[in-house]
Amino acid sequence: MDNDDQGILWEVFIQVKAGRPYKHIGSLHAYDKVMAMQSARDLYTRRSEGNGIWIVKADDIVSSESRDGEAFFDPSNDKVYRHPTFYKIPDGVKHI
Amino acid sequence: MRNELIDYCLRIGDSSLILSHRIAEYCSKAPLLEEDLAITNVGLDLLGQAENFLTYAAEIKGNTNADNLTFKRREQDFRCLHLVQTPNTDFAFILARQFLIDVYHKLLFSKLVKSEDLTISGISKKAIKEINYHFQRSSDWIKRLGLGTEESNKRLQNAINVLWMYTDELFIDNETDLIMSKNNIGPLSSSLKIEWTKIVNSALNSSEITTPESDVYSLRYGKDGFHTEYLGYILAEMQHLPLLYPDAKW
Amino acid sequence: MEDEIKLKEFQQKIDANIKIEPKDWMPEKYRQTLIRQISQHAHSEIIGMQPEGNWLTRAPSLRSKKILMAKIQDEAGHGLYLYCAAETLGVKREQFLQWLHEGKAKYSSVFNYPTLTWADMGAVGWLVDGAAIVNQVSLQGTSYGPYARAMVKICMEESFHQRQGFEIMVELAKGTKEQKQMAQDALNRWWWPSVMMFGPHDSESAHSNQSLKWKIKRASNDELRQSYIDKTIEQGHHLGLTFPDPNLKFNETTKHYDYSPIDWDEFWNVVKGNGAGNKLRLKHHIKAHEDGKWVREAAKSYAQKQNLIRKSA
Repeated sequence: MDNDDQGILWEVFIQVKAGRPYKHIGSLHAYDKVMAMQSARDLYTRRSEGNGIWIVKADDIVSSESRDGEAFFDPSNDKVYRHPTFYKIPDGVKHI
Repeated sequence: MRNELIDYCLRIGDSSLILSHRIAEYCSKAPLLEEDLAITNVGLDLLGQAENFLTYAAEIKGNTNADNLTFKRREQDFRCLHLVQTPNTDFAFILARQFLIDVYHKLLFSKLVKSEDLTISGISKKAIKEINYHFQRSSDWIKRLGLGTEESNKRLQNAINVLWMYTDELFIDNETDLIMSKNNIGPLSSSLKIEWTKIVNSALNSSEITTPESDVYSLRYGKDGFHTEYLGYILAEMQHLPLLYPDAKW
Repeated sequence: MEDEIKLKEFQQKIDANIKIEPKDWMPEKYRQTLIRQISQHAHSEIIGMQPEGNWLTRAPSLRSKKILMAKIQDEAGHGLYLYCAAETLGVKREQFLQWLHEGKAKYSSVFNYPTLTWADMGAVGWLVDGAAIVNQVSLQGTSYGPYARAMVKICMEESFHQRQGFEIMVELAKGTKEQKQMAQDALNRWWWPSVMMFGPHDSESAHSNQSLKWKIKRASNDELRQSYIDKTIEQGHHLGLTFPDPNLKFNETTKHYDYSPIDWDEFWNVVKGNGAGNKLRLKHHIKAHEDGKWVREAAKSYAQKQNLIRKSA
């Protein structure tokens, strides 16, 4: 299975109206920034929710420690998500 | 003049309608979820444009409406271009077809916004924003496919080779074109050729795609009501319900 | 030892309605449950595009075609929001898709039923989306932040979907004799599948309690189901159509509608893969994925080449 087959993860920030702050609205997958910007527009502004869009690669975001913030668990993890690893679905967990 | 104006609106409306329909066929089949959404967006824009032109045509005609024109007209009364009737063979075909039309629409609508017919210029002012976006999108995909991998380049080249013959229709002037041009309602189709060729050639060549030899493949065109064999099947599906239940309102 | 303390603090957060965010500590089981639940919710949205896509090219009016196209597009969007929410838990989208294709992940089995007439577009919008809304409104309060936020966004868009379906039912119910029959037939086929969307009865639902304790779920299956049935029966009365349940009756004591026992055999059969459309839905998705591989590779390759050009510039 190809790791990047679905492209890179980007985070999307929308400015609803001129002068307002850019707010995180969600994410998407794209291979390059042109595609990411177009997808952001198609995905997150279909109902005219936007005056401006910022897109950032999820990997480039530097985030603070969580409020639990213990070195015990996540020493120098500054990625916004947990590091992608691959989890097995445990047996016996039925659909909810 | 009235008949030619109806004919002109049908040509533009039908072309967008059928292209939108082809896109609708592709729903849930795109290579990436984001792309499914993006392509459907284009389809929705085209459907809106089609509705606008067909509504106007219906108004001029009188005693009918856009739905009747869409769902109850005979095949030979449609005026869509052959290019939009071509099937969704693969993603390269879909984007190549879209790109060739997008360049055409970009040039056409940039003239139509100045049409002396106020309804057409009004419709076009809204549509041109959508079309500029479509053009940007499909241009980007031409680059991605042309320059991406050997396989994508091969597939795109193949698609362009197959679709090229349908492009000569874009620039043929028939009686309707002449009347529209004379009355400053729309440009001569032939007047768009040089710019179209320039833009398309530049995009293709910089994406390592060779431009095929120009070819006149048909003596009879969609804009005159002579269609490819594809259209019959498209209409059979599209018109099925209203024809099966003629008294029903939907 | 630390785990016990962490677990206690975690439960306190839950009880205080403080959202859990991706980098917060969470019990492994909480994470696993969410990975499964959110991704399967995403799969449901995507597979759900197919039964409706089935009638898109035959939509009998420009208005209904536009609306259906926009609706299906929304569903793609919802799938996207949910995949992205699921990814915050540390699993990539490629992995979710692989599990789906291998049959290790499920999606809502309601989407395995075929859409046989135009009236199904009405019934699916009215009933299936109606049931989904009841569930999703409840999930707006789920404890995991990204999931809750996705739910809020989805709920805002979903009410248009149900209205779209109901509008079709209204048109058909007041139309010709054939149209009315079409509407009744669709209702007959979609009613029970929509009721079963809420899952097994609470008494049969082994993991419900833990999910409720952790506020992954905010209401039980039966509570949500009853809420859906009560709302929907009243809507059905407006249409002048009947529900395929002779025991449907308003109970003056409980103030809810009583209904017949659910045929769980059919439900489990469909979940296991014996429904009319099971194999087809997955096959369609796998085909689209495989057909599109060369496109994804091209896009990736082009992006890499552009990066190299930029770096050497």
